[in-house]
Amino acid sequence: MASATANHEEHPAGLKRWLFTTNHKDIGTMYLVLSLLMFFVAGSFAMVIRAELYSPGMQIVQPYFFNELTTMHGLVMIFGAIMPGFVGFANWQIPMMIGAPDMALPRLNNWSFWILPFAFTLMLTSFFVPGGAPGTGWTMYAPLSIQAGIGMDFVIFSIHLLGISSVLGAINIIVTILNMRAPGMTLMKMPMFVWTWLITAFLLVAVMPVLAGTVTMTLADRHFGTHFFDAGGGGDPVLYQHLFWFFGHPEVYIMILPAFGIISQIIPTFSRKPLFGYESMVYATASIAFMSFIVWGHHMFTVGMPAAGEMFFMYTTMLIAVPTGVKIFNWVATMWRGSLTFETPMLFAVGFLVLFTIGGFSGLMLAIVPADFQYHNTYFVVAHFHYVLFSGAAMAMMGGCYYWLPKWTGHMYNETLGKWHFWLTTIFFNITFFPMHFLGLAGMPRRVPDYALQFTDLNRVASIGAFGLGLSQLLWVYVIYQTVKGGRKATSKVWDGAEGLEWTLTSPPPYHSFVTAPTVK
Amino acid sequence: MSLSFEKKKPSGPLSVARARFAAAMVLLFSASTAWARVRWNFETPVTSTAHEIFHLQNLIFGVCVAIFVVVFGIMFYSIFAHRKSKGHKPATFHQSTTIEIIWTAIPFLILVAMAVPATATLLKMENTSGSALTVRITGYQWKWQYEYPAQGISFFSNLSTPTAQIENQEPKNKHYLLQVDHPLVLPVGEKIRFLITSKDVIHSWWVPSFAVKTDAIPGFMNQSWTKIQVPGTYRGQCTELCGLGHAFMPVVVKAVSQEDFAKWVAAQKALMVASAADATKTWTEADLLGHGKTVFAANCAACHQITGQGIAGTFPPLAGGKKFSAAASMMQKLRHRGFLTRGDRIVMGPVKNHLRIVLQGIPGTPMPSFASQLNDTDIAAVVTYERNSFGNHTGDVIEPSQVAALR
Repeated sequence: MASATANHEEHPAGLKRWLFTTNHKDIGTMYLVLSLLMFFVAGSFAMVIRAELYSPGMQIVQPYFFNELTTMHGLVMIFGAIMPGFVGFANWQIPMMIGAPDMALPRLNNWSFWILPFAFTLMLTSFFVPGGAPGTGWTMYAPLSIQAGIGMDFVIFSIHLLGISSVLGAINIIVTILNMRAPGMTLMKMPMFVWTWLITAFLLVAVMPVLAGTVTMTLADRHFGTHFFDAGGGGDPVLYQHLFWFFGHPEVYIMILPAFGIISQIIPTFSRKPLFGYESMVYATASIAFMSFIVWGHHMFTVGMPAAGEMFFMYTTMLIAVPTGVKIFNWVATMWRGSLTFETPMLFAVGFLVLFTIGGFSGLMLAIVPADFQYHNTYFVVAHFHYVLFSGAAMAMMGGCYYWLPKWTGHMYNETLGKWHFWLTTIFFNITFFPMHFLGLAGMPRRVPDYALQFTDLNRVASIGAFGLGLSQLLWVYVIYQTVKGGRKATSKVWDGAEGLEWTLTSPPPYHSFVTAPTVK
Repeated sequence: MSLSFEKKKPSGPLSVARARFAAAMVLLFSASTAWARVRWNFETPVTSTAHEIFHLQNLIFGVCVAIFVVVFGIMFYSIFAHRKSKGHKPATFHQSTTIEIIWTAIPFLILVAMAVPATATLLKMENTSGSALTVRITGYQWKWQYEYPAQGISFFSNLSTPTAQIENQEPKNKHYLLQVDHPLVLPVGEKIRFLITSKDVIHSWWVPSFAVKTDAIPGFMNQSWTKIQVPGTYRGQCTELCGLGHAFMPVVVKAVSQEDFAKWVAAQKALMVASAADATKTWTEADLLGHGKTVFAANCAACHQITGQGIAGTFPPLAGGKKFSAAASMMQKLRHRGFLTRGDRIVMGPVKNHLRIVLQGIPGTPMPSFASQLNDTDIAAVVTYERNSFGNHTGDVIEPSQVAALR
């Protein structure tokens, strides 16, 4: 026993520490660093896209390369920046929030992470093979994906790897939450972040295999003579879309539910008041997750679906607005008659509330089938999903980063720079994406490298905003670097309104979070 | 400034200065907007469906804005009134079943109120019965084919914006990227049914002013309809990513009176008779080269490039001096059919092989069959052009009759 304990306390240094670590904090850090790196990789693709769209005509890139960039921007942001980012938060926070020493399956945890660098190497290598990366958009619709060069196969295999990583990570999270909670922490006493991740993990286990199967069918159509999606061989191109969006819509909630969790931690802390309607928040999250499985058809209203199908998907999609609305109202009610302060995490949370709601409203507009016929595949859709994914998922992660960074590093970040980061991000975000609503209404299709002259002015505004938005994120990296290196010592509680087990640990927390389980009353 | 109170009216020189300033601002602003005004909402609707959708979207938008103002009005009031810096002490409430039920029920009722008009419009849009004219629309990479089965008319509609404008070598004209060589011509005041499909990948046919957007999917025949109220030219674009030419396959519809439409149909029929006569006459090399260049630009240049250089690793070059390189699937299929074995090229090799590739395409690759897209004259001209351009000097002159013999 003594030797086992000694062995447990051994921390290899250098590269080996990171390669062989089974520690939830080390693995969480690696997930977060990878996510930040991928955020900049995919962001740099967006910068080239916006530079090309600054003026009508082809200036910087060729049309095919432009399509490669839109594809890879989407894939890398979704699978590289957002998903691993939230897994990083889960790794750091879940054991600390439920009073556990580590994740339940530490070696699996190591493996889930180390699959990712290989997966992204494979995915990004596709740029350098003959024919380049796929120019199909991240949706990879057949038959366009059947035409693409060998880069498509690279992306298919990397999606297999990413799927394995996600499913293993999700299983680990489910097992940890269900088995390792401290005595007295019943399910209905768990912090909201833990609840949202439990539900997200079930979504991941349910739909990542669907995506893996779908891209495998594409692979078979490309190389093994099958005709799943080839009408000429008796297959069905629309089947691909049904399968893809059966994965794709729950995927949207995989990317937003953990964000809801982070916001539900931040707002009560800085309102100095408990979360309003905890139980209804849990039920709302669960019903959003359930409904995410029955709305996929709203991505496909123009494929020639029968009216009955269009009505079904319209009504179910509109219904999702109800639990989502409940969450927004609960957050506002939490702030109501609180004792509010506005440190950087709270600024991001309030920014999230306002901007995510704009994305929610444009989503509701898109659900109205007749109007969707006008919005579908235009810049209105681009505006919509950036309001939910950037000002939703990404800004929640920024807020979460400022919220927990003092706990993780033991240092306070620079509040002035943090606030600058918030305001620059919010202002440039809106300059970039708000005009895109109007571009879409006026008729500009998405995924075009060139456009008609009446779209010039708003594209210029969007491009200028995008460059500002991209540059502002460098400030974030600087603040993180500065905080990791040093700074004012953080107390255990960090924020005077903070509640929860993680704040009972020192800042930074010990290597094994809770060696003896705390008791929750 | 004291000016506003001391002088009720701006003096002469000042107003001149103001007018100059205003003029300068107008010039400065219009320098960037010389082409067109910024549009903030849908194109002007010209069908009853488009009108209904326009009103539906304005209604929903209004409701969303109203809810937004109320919810965030409350939140911002809280932000100003319930601050710690103002000494506000936190309340402790965190549960109220009544209020939870209220804010579940009210949004639900608002949604029901939205769904009712939306469903009514949707059911009208889905009713394609009782049409007076049927037009078949087929998407190709990257052009549209329009067919009028009852009238026996069929033609292709290609982007007519010159490449030089796209590559910024010439100033862009007013309808940059939204102009075609042959627009779809439709009569006003009649219910027109569209049958929409595709020959290769998925496209989507969209005219914003009609509020018609329907995917063109290979193997499927989708339906939609329109009834145009106002004559005019209406422009739209392909709205489903369909490869590198996705931005370059616009939709242009010319809506004319029913009398003009009848005249147009008669003229098209006469034109088809004339073009049939073209196929039997003997063409000179210069005529073939001239016509071939036009056909090439409209049908081949998107992939093989206007310079004939192709795109390495994807689309093969036609220029003789250039190393042959294409997507792996294409190389494999070409070898399988006996090409490229002795290092010979399609363009520089036997004329028959070249014609067969153009006529039949290479199934399973982006190279389509042009047998149904181009007539004998077009194919003869384009093949002659390819064999005598981009540094190729075979001297071959192909007559339409040679193409007809291979069909």
